[in-house]
Amino acid sequence: MSNVPPDLQYTKTHEWVRTLPDGTVEIGITDHAQHALGDLVFVEVPEAGRAVALGEPCAVVESVKAASDVYSPVAGEITLGNPLLAGEPEAVNNDPYGKGWLMRLHPTKGAASADLMPADKYQTLLQTEGG
Amino acid sequence: MMRTHDKASKLIFEYSHPGRGATDQWPQPLPATATSDLPQRLLRTKPPLLPEVGELEAVRHFTRLSQLNFSIDTHFYPLGSCTMKYNPKACNQYAMLPEFLGRHPLAPESHGQGFLACMYELQEMLKEVTGMQGVALSPMAGAHGEFAGVAMIRAYHRSRGDLARNEIIVPEAAHGTNPATATMCGCIVREIPVNDEGDIELDALRAAVGPNTAGIMLTNPSTLGVFERRIEEVARIVHTAGGLLYYDGANLNAILGKVRPGDMGFDVIHMNLHKTFSTPHGGGGPGAGAVGVSARLRPFLPIPIVGLEEGHRYRWLAEKDLPQSIGRLSGFMGNAGVLLRAYIYMRMLGREGMSQVGEYATLNANYLLTRLKQAGFDAAYPSRRASHEFIITLKRQARELDVTTMDFAKRLLDHGIHAPTTYFPLLVPECLLIEPTETESKDVLDAFVAAMTQIQQEAEQEPERVTSAPHTMPVRRLDDVRAAKQLDLRWKPTA
Amino acid sequence: MAFIPHTPADVEAMLATIGVSSIEQLFDEIPASLRVKSLDRVPVGLNEMQIGRLMSERARADGRPLCYIGAGAYEHHIPAAVWALTTRGEFYSAYTPYQAEASQGTLQLIYEYQTMMASLTGMDVSNASLYDGASAVAEGSLMAVRANRKSKSLRILVPRTVNPQYRRVAVATAGNQGLRFEDVAYTPDGGVTPLDALKKYDSEDVTAIVIQQPNFFGQLEDVDALTDWAHAKGTFVIAVVNPTSLALLKPPGEWGSSGKGADIVVGDGQPLGVPLSSGGPYFGFMTTRMEYVRQMPGRIVGRTVDVSGRAGFTLTLQAREQHIRRAKATSNICTNQGLLVTAATIYMSLMGPVGLERTAAASHASANDLVSALTAVKGVRRAFAGPFFHESVLLFDRPVGPILTSLANRGILGGLDLSELYPELGYALLVCATETKTKSDIESYVTALSEAAAAVRAA
Repeated sequence: MSNVPPDLQYTKTHEWVRTLPDGTVEIGITDHAQHALGDLVFVEVPEAGRAVALGEPCAVVESVKAASDVYSPVAGEITLGNPLLAGEPEAVNNDPYGKGWLMRLHPTKGAASADLMPADKYQTLLQTEGG
Repeated sequence: MMRTHDKASKLIFEYSHPGRGATDQWPQPLPATATSDLPQRLLRTKPPLLPEVGELEAVRHFTRLSQLNFSIDTHFYPLGSCTMKYNPKACNQYAMLPEFLGRHPLAPESHGQGFLACMYELQEMLKEVTGMQGVALSPMAGAHGEFAGVAMIRAYHRSRGDLARNEIIVPEAAHGTNPATATMCGCIVREIPVNDEGDIELDALRAAVGPNTAGIMLTNPSTLGVFERRIEEVARIVHTAGGLLYYDGANLNAILGKVRPGDMGFDVIHMNLHKTFSTPHGGGGPGAGAVGVSARLRPFLPIPIVGLEEGHRYRWLAEKDLPQSIGRLSGFMGNAGVLLRAYIYMRMLGREGMSQVGEYATLNANYLLTRLKQAGFDAAYPSRRASHEFIITLKRQARELDVTTMDFAKRLLDHGIHAPTTYFPLLVPECLLIEPTETESKDVLDAFVAAMTQIQQEAEQEPERVTSAPHTMPVRRLDDVRAAKQLDLRWKPTA
Repeated sequence: MAFIPHTPADVEAMLATIGVSSIEQLFDEIPASLRVKSLDRVPVGLNEMQIGRLMSERARADGRPLCYIGAGAYEHHIPAAVWALTTRGEFYSAYTPYQAEASQGTLQLIYEYQTMMASLTGMDVSNASLYDGASAVAEGSLMAVRANRKSKSLRILVPRTVNPQYRRVAVATAGNQGLRFEDVAYTPDGGVTPLDALKKYDSEDVTAIVIQQPNFFGQLEDVDALTDWAHAKGTFVIAVVNPTSLALLKPPGEWGSSGKGADIVVGDGQPLGVPLSSGGPYFGFMTTRMEYVRQMPGRIVGRTVDVSGRAGFTLTLQAREQHIRRAKATSNICTNQGLLVTAATIYMSLMGPVGLERTAAASHASANDLVSALTAVKGVRRAFAGPFFHESVLLFDRPVGPILTSLANRGILGGLDLSELYPELGYALLVCATETKTKSDIESYVTALSEAAAAVRAA
């Protein structure tokens, strides 16, 4: 069974979103997604200062058998890509909701965001996908 | 920790001794003055890291390396979609006649009439077996032929001022090269689903086509190992919408001499000569990806092409002859030596041999499928005839026994059988795509069924024998994760 | 006939197992209207004796002239061991090494090849081959666009001293993705790319510049100055090199005064043990720095360990490739030129650093002899001053075409007529000599040229 923490929001494409106290958001991929990809061997995160649009691919997670783009669930400006992952991509496998976060961004005011789901709805989605 | 190498896997560099070498092969040394006209600042100061070994040492090393490989000459290779059939020795021997090997690509036509005659006749034979109106031989692999094909589709639309057509439709089970090629041609890819019987969803196709459709890329028989029965309807839908049909020739072996892509309505096709026409795979290449086209695409063929003048003189057709060509895709004229091998193969088979290829490839596949079904394996499309290949799914074994397709594939190696194609197409879970080809005997196919049956029994009784396979190969399962994370892509001498 | 081993009894048994009465019935899902009626334009089959005879006749028609053409394909001595080993069935008839356990021979050989090419070019990593030198330039340009993230222009400078066929292939291959290839002029007296010609790009965004060494004319470019110019403005350097020449010449990894070197190195591997064979199969090579390895197209082999800790080899970084990344792959390349890499690896092992350097030096000396001998003939002179490697452009006092025809009739292919590719040069001929040409070969050329010139004059 996948771990789906109740305090986060989720996208259909298996990203999670956490709103931090300063209003920026932290983005990562879910436990389900990391499991489906297998052992990650490389993670590419965006550089700080890059403007990203809603739904724009802005990070890449790569295992030996698959590679997947990570789409930004909200428009904004990247404030930080997780520097840990260059040397330790397995952090995404081991701690997808903690040390394995991918990027933080400052959302553009009033910009639309993707349809974010609460944990229970994401859990249901995983069940219907046969996860 | 990495264990010290045994003899078999010692690197060539580890045999090296300064001052040793295959000296009999070297030119005589020259005085330093021979190169003193070259400016010092442009010269190399440190010699390259090449081995310093005697000729016999090198011969033994590479002979031993070769013995670590599976190959068609030594093992059954039922790799779906790859057509690993026998590579006749005559094709190699006669393509390597000294005149052919020594011929410079820019030699005048007067010193190439023999070679050019072979190439011209190859073009003509390929036209006939595919039902196309023009053929160009220069693309150097299947993906290269795909590139030529999609580039011609784009050039055709552009020549008509139809600039909006930049979408290429592919079925979801398509070879990865199809979408990758579309991208290289600056197109956008749209994937459409197939139904439970392996045919394209026509409603999805109708919804996908429109004024932006450049074309559709199809393999028929499809990558699912079945013939697309409504191909004529597919062609109608795409053509009516103004798009063109691209035939991925990866599976041409299935229908050689039986059905022609041109008659199915395809506008452009690439042929993998290293599959259907039995040129060697060479451990990853070279191939040859000749392209064929219908009349309306002929002006856009890649150059050069071989033409015939006054019925007896062969010459290159290039920029001046084909001003609308998509251009050159190789420095000269592609993989000429591979083309010669394909030519020899086709001449040896002749017209009768051509249809036997499709017939016996299909017979072998259907026989193997039937035997595997009888042995209790699950076909992915049980109601369908196999083409030259078919899919077995091990979904049940994975669920009930925790033994996967990967495990079966690796255990087959212990039986001296190369694994079939695994996990492609992704659409079918835990799949094995199996293509026996026409050159394998009934005995070999029976031995494959026996091996699969034995592995199934092991999976039930002693699963760890299977999940830890192979046991008899030069290495056991390799750590791919380590390979990708701790990149070791070249040898470095230890101080 | 089609190498099919079935006996009639086999066929009968197989049909019975399937439950059909004929092979024909297996095609019953294919609409009848689509079935082939005949293949009349394919001749009837030949047996091995007949095809052997036909091919020998065809080969004889082409002859074995003495060849002084280079221009991207070079005749060198190939030790017999190279192709005796390369055509062993275990190399020749093996598939792509996706099943690593059954392909350690091919995989280890590629790893050894990658080591040799990285060192020869002075770079960190090599891929396992591309189609040929021309397509490698196209792929190198596409790679530069991905790797040079500071540049957005998709502009690639291609000096006119780069092999013109390479430029054409790059345009045909990468033009569809919006890359623009722009010419840079050469010095009329030196046949090399001057810094002056680049001045107009000083303040413009240029993604990469292609630098060929030795260049298409055989002349040696000032690679350090060109590399410094490019790097000072954030432009990538794509080096195009002849692997034989690298035994003598500075490897691209050391070009420029900073020591940073070229960013991407490509070329045609044909001179390394691959016969001329009408233009192919050859192989393209590509090396780069480690930081760009994920942008490199084509297969790459890595060394790792198996579950018992024993060293072994496997294809790695496959997530770059089409079978995984599909539409977002670094290239659509799948099948490459593996067997030619096998030949080249064996060739480089036999030549070693000393043998390759002697081959390069002997080729250079032979070309010097040839040029001296030909320019001693009345009406022939060098087009460019300055050093060259193993080919050079000669100028004639009359059109080159008829002279070449006359030479060919005497069994000598005298070089490549440049009048179509470089009309501004006048009556120009590109000639090449390698270590395969003896003094008496060169004398034959000179004699034949004097005769041919006289014949042309008389005509």
